[in-house]
Parts: sequence; C-alpha cells; structure tokens
Amino acid sequence: MLFFSFFKTLIDHEVTVELKNDIRIRGVLKSVDQYLNIKLDNIQVVEEIKYPHLSAVKNVFIRGSVVRYVHLPSNSVDVQLLEDATRREAANQAGKAK
Amino acid sequence: MENLSISDHPPPPPGMQQQYQKHGQHQQHGGAPGQGMPHPPHPSLGRPPQPQQLPAQMFTTAAQLLDLTDKKLMVALRDGRKLLGILRSWDQFANLVLQNTRERIFVPPGTAGATQERGLYADIERGIFLVRGENVLLLGEIDLDKDDDAPPGYDLGDIELVQKLAKEKKVQDKGKEKKKIRKLGNEGFEGENLGEMLL
Repeated sequence: MLFFSFFKTLIDHEVTVELKNDIRIRGVLKSVDQYLNIKLDNIQVVEEIKYPHLSAVKNVFIRGSVVRYVHLPSNSVDVQLLEDATRREAANQAGKAK
Repeated sequence: MENLSISDHPPPPPGMQQQYQKHGQHQQHGGAPGQGMPHPPHPSLGRPPQPQQLPAQMFTTAAQLLDLTDKKLMVALRDGRKLLGILRSWDQFANLVLQNTRERIFVPPGTAGATQERGLYADIERGIFLVRGENVLLLGEIDLDKDDDAPPGYDLGDIELVQKLAKEKKVQDKGKEKKKIRKLGNEGFEGENLGEMLL
C-alpha cells in the first residue's frame, strides 16, 4: 500500500501519465485507489492530433493496469521520506516472511 | 455499491457491529417471525453520533466512478475501440454499463488511401454495452460544450469509407507492430505488451 499512500500525497498536483499505448496525458491528479487507478482533471494530451478521441474529454479515469509511467513534479516529492518509508515497508515485509 | 455516496458515513467500527448483532439476537429470542434469517437492523437504530472523519470509501474505484454516473463518457477499450455512451451502472472492478452507445472510428490524417491532410471519423449506433472492466483502458467525461464539434483536424466521413480505411490501417499497424516485436524479441527484449498489442 506504500505507493497508494504516496500517490495520495500527490493529489491536486499536476502530473503526466504515460500509458502503455504511448499516449501521454497531463492533468491534475484528483484521485487514486488501491489498484492505482488514476483520475485526472483538466487534461491535455501530448500530440493531440494522433488521439482525436480525447479532444472533447475534460477528465479521465485511467485503469491502473495500463499505466506505464507517471511523471511527477520533482519538488513535491520528498525523496528522503519516500526512501525511509520504503525501507520500513521492506523491513515489515521481511519480518512477516519469517 | 451504487447507492454509496461520498458524503455517506463510513461503516461503524467493529465494536459497534457487535452491538448490532446482540441487538438482532435479542429480537430473535423474543420469537420474531422468520427465525434464522436475521433482519438487518434499521440504519437509524442504536447508531451513536459518528466521529467526523474522511469516509473510508473516498479512495476506492467506486468513489472515482460515482461522480461519472449518468454522464456522457468516452470509453477506450483494449482492442482500440472508442465507445461514447452514458454511464448507467458500474462496480468495484470498473465493469460498466453504457446506454445509447455509439462506436466512433477514426482515420488519422496521412493514412494510406486517405488523400487529405485531415482525418476522418464516423459513428455507428451500438445501443447498450456491458463492458468487462479488464477491457477498459480509460474513460473520460465528455465536455458537452465541445461534444457537437468535430475533433480538431477531423471531418465526418462516410461510414463505409471510414470503416474500410480503419480496417486497412489496423492491418498495417498490426504488421508493423509484429515486425517491431520480432526485432525486439531477437535482441532479448520481453516488454510489457509483447503478448498483446494495445491500441
């Protein structure tokens, strides 16, 4: 659940989501759920002419399983905190496995 | 699930549920009709005032789809189809029911056979769709102000012509993709969508 919590901290930030079919959608992160399905508001599509089906769309719900990357604004990510949280989670997992 | 709303109170904590159960048992001992099938306690019965907190369902698939209900959506499917319809029902897997669905086919500009610099599109009436969640790539709410205009750079074309061009393009793309996958495979790549093509 670490990345779910992490994405929750990025809500209301502008991100770019790159899908496995190469579409890149830029928008304000509005919501995320346990599958990392993502909801974006006020979207803008990079290379819009290639993806005309998105021209009249203002907000999207993206299924988590089709996301390749999420480009994040670097100044809203606390790398140190994320690192610590990751170590803690890994330690917890290791503890459970034993 | 459909009756949940963001403003609903979260379910009571476990301690309170036990109270409910005791309450129900008490009723049954009193010889209530329909024994063995406990009646659900009335929602207002014995519920103490809720502490103010974020509803637990706030960050769920259901909550994300809730405010899209009864809106006109564009749904992109894994096989490349684009459906436009009104979202009437859904569940936690993003299985969807769409009403008054139209399938929209696009032929991008510069496709072989299409002479122009502008693309073409056409709509086919399809009716009601029940889409299994796994086939959904993304769904977007349509801005009704822009809905009546053709997508920029595209013109409405004759259905049969557009269908024919789209079919040709699909065959072409499939061939290209296959070549690419074969080449990548020879180099030892095993990408995320080598098994299937996402459109």
